Amino acid sequence: MEDRHHEAFKRLEEIAGQFYDQLDKGKIPEMKIATRSKNNIKFNKRSGVWKLGNSKSTRSAKKMSGAVMILRTLYMLDFIREMIDSEKSSTLREMYYISEGWDKAKFGDQKESDRLAEDIEIVSDCLREDFKLRPEEDGARIIGDIVVEEKTRKGDIRKLNCRDDVGDSGYTIPYNVEKDKVNFSKVKADFIIAIETGGMFDRLVENGFDEYANALLVHLKGQPARSTRRLMKRLNEEEGLPVVVFTDGDPWSFRIFASIAYGAINSAHLSELLAIPSSEYVGITASDIMNYDLPTDKLSSTDRDALKQELEDPRFNTRFWKNEIETMLEINKKAEQQALAKYGLEYVTEEYLPEKLSELGII
Amino acid sequence: MASIAEKLADKHKEISIGEFFERNKHILGFDSLTKSLVTAVKEGVDNALDACEEAEILPDIIVEIETIGEQEYKVCVEDNGPGIPKRKIANVFAKLLYGSRFHDIRQSRGQQGIGVSAVVMYGQLSTGKPTLVRSKIIEKDYATELKITLDTKKNKPDILSQDVVLWEEKEHGTRFETCIEGLLRSGEHSVFEYLKNTAIVNPHTQITFISDGETIVFKRATDQLPPKTKAVKPHIEGIELGTFVKMMKSTERRRLSSFLVNEFSRISYRTVKDICSEAGIGERAKPSEMTIEDCKKILKATGNVKIMAPETDCLSPIKSMLIKKGLKNVLKGYQPEFYAPPTTREPSVYSGNPFQVEVGLVFGGDLPSDGPVKVLRYANRVPLLYKKSACATTTAIKKIDWRIYGLDQRGGKGMPSGPAIILVHVASTRVPFTSEAKDAIADIPEVVDEIEKALRECARNLRTHLNKGKRRKKISEKFMVVNDLLPLIAEKSAVIVGKEPPSLEKVMTKIMGVVYVKNTFEKDGKKWVGNININNFTSKKRKLTVYMEKPYPDTVLISSDPEPVYNGDHLKWKLDTLKSSLSRNIRFEYNGTLVKEDLSGIDVYIEGVTETDLIGADPLPDDWDIEVAEIEEGG
Repeated sequence: MEDRHHEAFKRLEEIAGQFYDQLDKGKIPEMKIATRSKNNIKFNKRSGVWKLGNSKSTRSAKKMSGAVMILRTLYMLDFIREMIDSEKSSTLREMYYISEGWDKAKFGDQKESDRLAEDIEIVSDCLREDFKLRPEEDGARIIGDIVVEEKTRKGDIRKLNCRDDVGDSGYTIPYNVEKDKVNFSKVKADFIIAIETGGMFDRLVENGFDEYANALLVHLKGQPARSTRRLMKRLNEEEGLPVVVFTDGDPWSFRIFASIAYGAINSAHLSELLAIPSSEYVGITASDIMNYDLPTDKLSSTDRDALKQELEDPRFNTRFWKNEIETMLEINKKAEQQALAKYGLEYVTEEYLPEKLSELGII
Repeated sequence: MASIAEKLADKHKEISIGEFFERNKHILGFDSLTKSLVTAVKEGVDNALDACEEAEILPDIIVEIETIGEQEYKVCVEDNGPGIPKRKIANVFAKLLYGSRFHDIRQSRGQQGIGVSAVVMYGQLSTGKPTLVRSKIIEKDYATELKITLDTKKNKPDILSQDVVLWEEKEHGTRFETCIEGLLRSGEHSVFEYLKNTAIVNPHTQITFISDGETIVFKRATDQLPPKTKAVKPHIEGIELGTFVKMMKSTERRRLSSFLVNEFSRISYRTVKDICSEAGIGERAKPSEMTIEDCKKILKATGNVKIMAPETDCLSPIKSMLIKKGLKNVLKGYQPEFYAPPTTREPSVYSGNPFQVEVGLVFGGDLPSDGPVKVLRYANRVPLLYKKSACATTTAIKKIDWRIYGLDQRGGKGMPSGPAIILVHVASTRVPFTSEAKDAIADIPEVVDEIEKALRECARNLRTHLNKGKRRKKISEKFMVVNDLLPLIAEKSAVIVGKEPPSLEKVMTKIMGVVYVKNTFEKDGKKWVGNININNFTSKKRKLTVYMEKPYPDTVLISSDPEPVYNGDHLKWKLDTLKSSLSRNIRFEYNGTLVKEDLSGIDVYIEGVTETDLIGADPLPDDWDIEVAEIEEGG
């Protein structure tokens, strides 16, 4: 058993021990957990990210719902313990299916079990990777001039240049990108460009943007997986690579940027490990739609609602974002990043991105 | 040539009672074919019940309706009353305004003496057929049978034939058979509905209804006769001028003072002094010499003199226990969730007439939950089926915002809706009906006010029940926590830390904090198995006694563990001291003639714990002892 798993194992036992001691002393079992809601994420000035605040909710066995949650927690602790013990790992989905056999501690749907896994991360101060739980989705891809050292299943270290040693689809990010699994050597790329859609990622690969701009291309696949964010965070922190985010121009893409830069509510407890507050937005903005005269779609009512919510969201409380969001509501239009193809396939790599990146001083 | 005046005068002629009746059928309740049939049955049943109760006989009434032609029916009503002496039969059945209670001031069903004679007359007018009456009095071995019609010109009976018959199966009683035009319907305004509603407020009555050969029996639910009503003298505040003048003329008293003191209630010689000086008439004046003007003055004067309110002990309310019994007896098929303890208001007075209001309320179960609540209206134990919207009961119901009591009501106005039945009974020596048809109670402010108060009082019980239900749900969730989840939490946490499971008593009592009772009834082959599970989740030890009503009068307890200390009309178990966090189970078996409905709504009562510390059962009610006493009396 590796140290981090051993540590997690100990933490889990401590949580179960708390319940045991409460019962033994004749106290009603309860667990306190940081409240995960919009009202309880606070901007942490020191780290520059949004983290969970001090407000806590209590789950008490006094009530049915609390008692069920405590029982589920214990079942999950026990399951993880056994998994660590037998050196296995499972996906969140597999755990959900296993939990179907937990009788009174069964979940209603996978969201509930995923959420509880996050709760246990918060309470134990561990990562779910420490618990050998991984998400369902396969990792996203990267292409660029860095060398990755990854531990294989057999325990060997394999070195791989993410530009020269991979095919067109690039290097696939594994679910565990912590130091015991992945390390970097020879990082020659100057910056990371995170791209929302596969189509645009492929366009930049085909146009050779990685070599042209000496960039590391990362495919986000929509709202990025935790391992994708973690990998970017490590490259940013350990290798000093700036991060720019290139997305569509709509409210949902703005949220992708915000979660990369400042953290998301669901993973606010991990913001320090995941959020990259220095990242810059090079996606389509409302001003771009007007300046580049891009082909657009009309905003739907849910789009408008989402934009209005963002005006209230502390993560968007900057002059730049307020201005862009209000403008988008005003023109009532959104545009995809691939709309830039209006001016030809090379336009994005020869005009749009160089213009934006030089504005930011990155190239 | 006859003058116009003479011509017109020719047109003036005396109209017969029959003609008058024809033109004014609606006044007597024969305004539609469906209603005629209900009215015919109603008049017969009202008479039968009044007769039986006066003779202190438990009524056993048979109502038969037979289709004999298109819109023509034979209606029979038979009772086991004291019977009618031969010489009086004809007048009772075929003379309008002839009645035993015409001059009585008392609470009774029939009053005007129109009732059953109107049925006879309607029968003969609509089908041309006479009525057959048979009656046997207790002193005689034979019955008299008459075939009669009513001479509508002279308002006197015509006896077509007279027979003496043996009526062996009957010791005493009366039966009449009449053919009438009508329409047999089902639904809200049907004979069946009328009889069912009669059975509810007359649980001492057994009613057998045979409709074209199909028999329905509303069984007697109690052997307790309602107390006999007392005839009282009229109260002067309720008297009308015409009646007052008539009384003045016909009295045998020689002085105004003795007339007033003796013929009216609540008038003393002292009050007479006040009345007379107010009216400016001498106390010693002769009643026979009083003019209408004098009478007017006297009545006016009474309004300015303080006279005690009329006595009210002449009323006979149904009372809470029997209302509940009656409702249960007839409604058990719906398996209602809750019978609110019925309310009986203290007697009150309107215009010198004592009256008393009672309200019952049934909620939930299989009662229809769509549409307005059903209202059962009664006046002197007689169901009112017609003119609902003109009735004081409806006015009172609509005055209440029922939402605060847990019923739906759009905007807090109008009729409430939901799975509920509201019963309203108004008893009075003179029920203020809107018309002679006695279909609806008039909106007299005092009466409406009393009905509203009674409704609110009863509805509060519903609210308490519904709140208790919410609390019960919360506690039953807690019971699941304590019973199912907590042991699992203990076990699982113990496995992870590698210790023995901790003991849970303290936590269990902390979470629950009540004595929790769960009772279940299940059918096991031919037997019914009951379990009463008592859990002491309080921190104290408890000495508890458990009471349960017998599910149905003629069921037999086969076994019980532990043995009950009393096994009569209810079961009583004295339990050993129950320590904190421990539970005890009582298991018993009844024989299998029970149907499921009998077992729903059986109340379990617990002694030895306060209401706030008890869930799933009720503390022993205050009137429990009374019931026990009755049972013991009956042997």
